[in-house]
Amino acid sequence: MAVYCNISEDAQQKYEHFTKEKPNPEMSIEYKVGHKDFVNSGKASSEIKLMLKRLGVNPEILRKVAVASYEAEINVTAHSLGGDIICDIYLDCVHIKFIDNGPGIKNLEKALEPGWSTADDLVREMGFGAGLGLPNIKKNADVMHIESAENQSTILQIIVFY
Amino acid sequence: MKLREIVELLDGVLLTDAEHLDREITCAFGSDLISDILMCTKEATLLLTGLTNPQVIRLSDMIDLLGIIFVRGKKPADDLIEMANARDLPLITTKFTLYKSAGILYNSGLRSCKI
Repeated sequence: MAVYCNISEDAQQKYEHFTKEKPNPEMSIEYKVGHKDFVNSGKASSEIKLMLKRLGVNPEILRKVAVASYEAEINVTAHSLGGDIICDIYLDCVHIKFIDNGPGIKNLEKALEPGWSTADDLVREMGFGAGLGLPNIKKNADVMHIESAENQSTILQIIVFY
Repeated sequence: MKLREIVELLDGVLLTDAEHLDREITCAFGSDLISDILMCTKEATLLLTGLTNPQVIRLSDMIDLLGIIFVRGKKPADDLIEMANARDLPLITTKFTLYKSAGILYNSGLRSCKI
């Protein structure tokens, strides 16, 4: 099992506080993501953004959450057999977990390299597969945590503080 | 620059509600790669692209798009036009290529969006 974790410098203290306090989420929502369902993919991220907007989260943070979540949702659609998204909304952050049904990432280190992609022709025709998904998630999320192995589920978690 | 001028400059056709022609457009970005578009647009922008799948419209839920110009004569399906109207997102199609469209708009004073 390969694990990768990135915590942005600005978020270190907030993240330590968050893991120590283990608060209960104010709201928790689940979504399903279908394998290669490019018609509906993105709906969950768009709903999450709308919910946070209603809660008064500022536009720059909204953009970061939406971009990171959307890239992750597309990854589940494009590269996995489908999966679930669990979104927990807290007073000072949003924690989104993407759990797919496999087949897992063969080489996590490579997958994190900008430009590296295993996308098929269908995915590329849709405008994806540039190998920028995970780098874009890393750039926009305050915390990014991935665990995966070949023939297993991939679990990607992101946290963005407001 | 008004969207009306952009339609004229690109000899294009507006596919969505006519009231969109009065929309003010401040800057533009062009790409056929969705990750590029997500990564590079730091402000509300017009998008020039050759992609015509539903994810292009979905993009406008994540980042602020002032409108989309479909280049190389591409025309999205009717359900995409409906999706765009529901989001109040102007769609235009032009026969010009991405390069030519971008050149014309840039020379007419439409700046590049902040990246």
